Amino acid sequence: MDLGQINPILLLASLMVAATPILLAAIGEAVVEKSGVLNLGVEGMMITGAVVGFAIGVNTQTPALGFVAAAVAGAALSMLFGLLVLYLKSNQVATGLGLTLFGLGLSALIGKPYEGIKAPTMAKWDIPLLSDIPVLGPILFKHDPMVYVSLIIVAATWYVLTKTRAGLILRGVGENHDAAHALGYKVNRVRLIAIAFGGACAGLGGAYISLVRVPQWVEGMTAGAGWIALAIVVFASWRPWRVLLGAYLFGGITVLQLNLQAAGVALPVEVLAMSPYVVTILVLVGISFKGNHGAPGSLGRSFHATH
Amino acid sequence: MIRLEKRPQPSKLWATMTPVLAVIATMIAGGIMFWMLGKDPFEAIRTIFWDPLFHETFGPYSRPQLLVKAAPLILIAIGLSLGFRAGIWNIGAEGQYIMGAICGAAVGLAFYPSESILLFPAMVLAGAIGGWAWAMIPGFLKVKFGTNEILVSLMLVYVAENLLASVSQGLLKNPDGMGFPGSRNFRDFPAAYNTDIIEGTGMHWGVAAAFIAVILAYILLTRHMLGFQVRLAGEAPRAARFAGVNPTRLVLFCLGTSGALAGLAGLFEVSGPSGQVTIDFNSGYGFTAIIVAFLGRLHPVGILLAGLLMALTYIGGELAQLMLGLPGAAIQMFQGMLMFFLLAMDMLTHYRLRLKRPVAAQ
Amino acid sequence: MTGDLRQADALMTLEGLTKAYPGVVANDQVSFSLLPGEVHALLGENGAGKSTLVKMIYGLVKPDAGQMTLKGETFTPVNPAAARAAGVAMVFQHFSLFDALSVAENIALGMDNPPTPRELSARIREVSQAYGLPLDPERTVGDLSAGERQRVEIIRCLLQNPKLLIMDEPTSVLTPQEVEILFETLRKLTDEGTAILYISHKLEEIRSLCEHATILRHGVVVDTCDPREKSARELAEMMVGDTLHVPSREHWEPGDEALSLEGVSMTSPNEFGVNLRNVSLSVRKGEVLGIGGVAGNGQDELLAVLSGEARASAGAIKLSGDEINTLPPNARRTRGLLTAPEERLGHSAAPEMSLTENALLTGAVRENLVERGFLRWGKAESFARRIIEAFDVRTPGTENAAGSLSGGNLQKFVIGREVLQDPDVLVVNQPTWGVDAAAAASIRQSLLDLAHKGAAVIVISQDLDELMEIADRFTALNEGRVANPVPTQNLSVEEIGLMMGGGEGEVAA
Repeated sequence: MDLGQINPILLLASLMVAATPILLAAIGEAVVEKSGVLNLGVEGMMITGAVVGFAIGVNTQTPALGFVAAAVAGAALSMLFGLLVLYLKSNQVATGLGLTLFGLGLSALIGKPYEGIKAPTMAKWDIPLLSDIPVLGPILFKHDPMVYVSLIIVAATWYVLTKTRAGLILRGVGENHDAAHALGYKVNRVRLIAIAFGGACAGLGGAYISLVRVPQWVEGMTAGAGWIALAIVVFASWRPWRVLLGAYLFGGITVLQLNLQAAGVALPVEVLAMSPYVVTILVLVGISFKGNHGAPGSLGRSFHATH
Repeated sequence: MIRLEKRPQPSKLWATMTPVLAVIATMIAGGIMFWMLGKDPFEAIRTIFWDPLFHETFGPYSRPQLLVKAAPLILIAIGLSLGFRAGIWNIGAEGQYIMGAICGAAVGLAFYPSESILLFPAMVLAGAIGGWAWAMIPGFLKVKFGTNEILVSLMLVYVAENLLASVSQGLLKNPDGMGFPGSRNFRDFPAAYNTDIIEGTGMHWGVAAAFIAVILAYILLTRHMLGFQVRLAGEAPRAARFAGVNPTRLVLFCLGTSGALAGLAGLFEVSGPSGQVTIDFNSGYGFTAIIVAFLGRLHPVGILLAGLLMALTYIGGELAQLMLGLPGAAIQMFQGMLMFFLLAMDMLTHYRLRLKRPVAAQ
Repeated sequence: MTGDLRQADALMTLEGLTKAYPGVVANDQVSFSLLPGEVHALLGENGAGKSTLVKMIYGLVKPDAGQMTLKGETFTPVNPAAARAAGVAMVFQHFSLFDALSVAENIALGMDNPPTPRELSARIREVSQAYGLPLDPERTVGDLSAGERQRVEIIRCLLQNPKLLIMDEPTSVLTPQEVEILFETLRKLTDEGTAILYISHKLEEIRSLCEHATILRHGVVVDTCDPREKSARELAEMMVGDTLHVPSREHWEPGDEALSLEGVSMTSPNEFGVNLRNVSLSVRKGEVLGIGGVAGNGQDELLAVLSGEARASAGAIKLSGDEINTLPPNARRTRGLLTAPEERLGHSAAPEMSLTENALLTGAVRENLVERGFLRWGKAESFARRIIEAFDVRTPGTENAAGSLSGGNLQKFVIGREVLQDPDVLVVNQPTWGVDAAAAASIRQSLLDLAHKGAAVIVISQDLDELMEIADRFTALNEGRVANPVPTQNLSVEEIGLMMGGGEGEVAA
């Protein structure tokens, strides 16, 4: 074992890559939950995004088109969920689970012909000047565009939620849907938009795994990333910047355990491989110990206008 | 314009009708999917739903398989349905299933090559305890810290899968296996083998356990105070507290029972149909059982029927894979669709569709 | 009343408004008009159709038939935003507020073109000062008192300079002193020419505030009058349509102490709940103790600590002298302490479950409906049937879901379920809230009968008239504290107001 071969700069740089899929999925889900809807189908939307993004990326040899297609696929799948929970009043927990099971099946079906193919490479964007800064440059400014896109999405989400009227309405709908309805806001329409955004983000996150992080298609490759994204939303108390923090902390653990595996640490591979999940549980316990403050008031409740 | 109107009370008729309608809708949508995959939809549907039972060549082989595949689904789904009714969401049955299998198998393998008739019962007990203990983790965390049981139970599936990978290549590896991963095969270890109770029927001890679970769950839900409390907690949690239901005990009971039943299912599978602990002996029954629980309307008898139906799609799916070259994933998607159609149609139980009238009649 | 004259100067007219829901005509050919600067009362019992009517004016509900005009022009608001744009504002009965958001954010949500946050905060301060309703724009609404929460709603309306302000039961959550402040604000508004449509069933208030009243019964306008010229009794008879059965009460000498609380404190399990602070009171056999107070001052918490759903963190609860604080709900039932919480749908009853199952909900122990864990459905059903018969619950049968019953019938079932179990102590929270007058009278009578038979009864209610009518002694909850109970006889409105407002010390008799 040689811990010396772990390069801290590379470690931190790959942390951002490892965290990006979860960050994208979690920021989308945070918006969905802020609107008062619990979508447990993140995993299903991610894996669908992964396979659709990969298929389009391979067929067009253009990763960017793959990402667009993944976002569309994730949003389309989330609309199925939205239709069921918003208009057919189905149970949100059960429907989200159904979405995950459906997405896993759908992706396996679509992905069969793409197994064993390599993804087209995505050029890195070295930000001029900034990337030349020693230490910070390689960590922060030598990444593929999606890393920056994910950060822009977080910043935009924060801005929209806290500084704009649209964000205020979304929070209002999530906090008390009956009151929002009484004031004349279209509860279901607001929620449908939020769900579509969440689906698109999850799709992007999935595609990031299959197009950049791995990069190839393997059945079931999201391996619980969608569920971890859900846990991060709770950890972040539904706040965008804390979603970023949570995702990067988690990315750090993932990268560290991979590096430790590679360095041949005297721990069984399985113990290292299960560590992200164990850490997630520990974090959830820690958060619930403090009490789940900040959960939107109408989260998970079905809305039916009585008049 | 159509609008929904909440029924004063859920319709019993629609509650029984919706699963049937959902199955029909899934067959239609599935047929379209098969057609798009370039298969004859009618032949595909017949291969999945008819041939496993009535085909003269495959039938005799498939029919026993029906019970073999249905038993774990029913066992797990019965347990899950109790929690789902009470609003306690254990979705990590797959992990409990794996842990039950590991614990039960470990007890058996520890006593190799014992011939004691007590060995198999001891394994069954260990399997139940393994699943129970694994489910107690989210249970304990929920009652102690209020941690979300959905996420914890699911995370533990991945932990269990890693443990399974570890023991099948380490602790429980067959010492005479010439280095191949996987434990000893229980087929060569009669005292620990989950054999057919009646030869050639597929009716192993797990099937018997599933039937017993159905009957006990039925009695619990319709005749026993605990079952009433489970239903009450799901329908109206505040009313349940008011009625004196202890939420802590209810959470532990629901999670513990579902974990123990999932653990049993895992043990019966690993010591019978699967035969050995391997890195991938589990085949997602813990997740499919969620669909079975909902398709069965969280009702024991419904779950029995839904489990058999879902087992049929597994066997029929394999047959269609063999005969028509239908991708295996198509069946997984087929099952997912079934869940969606069911949830969508569920609305009819609680709401009435009404055309909006332009002018009200007095 | 010269109808034509009113029509000509009217700010708003309603003409033949009709709205039907499946099985019930909520409004049938409702017509009246509103003058500028007028406080117009809309009077009627629960279910008379008042809420539906104002929802049509506010654009939340589309009428099936009829027309409205505003300032002489046809008025057909397609949604609340359109109504607000036309100058109609509304303060809701159940506040349309968002607990986790700030006052300013709440107000911004109720406006169609809010100014920037900074300007808005400044205007909130300005308007709230001008109308004597001080309010900090940065505070989180969930932390405000009921009266302050209502201010948020009112200021939200005032910022839009409404021509017509609709107020749905605005005083049900206010102390008498807060009501006075509200009325002053409303008078200032009418002086500026704003018309107010004031919905209430509190007759004295209407007599002191309103110049004109339209009375609804079963969705139909049955009468109009000038409430200042009528007595409360006359108004009540117009509203109800026939003479009321007034509960009869013989003088009764109370017996030994049945239940006592000594310095009970409890932290509310709800984030925005109220903590109980050092609550001491006692109730004797054969006595009715009334606990008044504005909603959200610890009523739910007091009931929970008595029912056994929550535990007191300090102090002692004694039932016939025995400490019961650590006992769970059913152990308390066994010992004779029964309770009925305020919320019918989901707390005292499970709406989707049958009446038999709801009878079982609290009756399991005392009525022997369970034998070694197994349910005795036959006995449970006959218990349910006994409740239905004894309390005149209108329902097709015991198999019907509790949620399918009307509010009054379900409340009779809930109270009946507890009364028939023959409690030593019964605690009820808001026993007649949202219940029609006939059912309310019969519920009060059954509580009095129970006390007459020797049980101790605690009635927690916002309805002061109700408490004056049936309680022997009175106290009030204010921010989780109770004053020393005093006999209800000869208690003045000022004293009650002081107890509800927290200046209790001086009132103790």
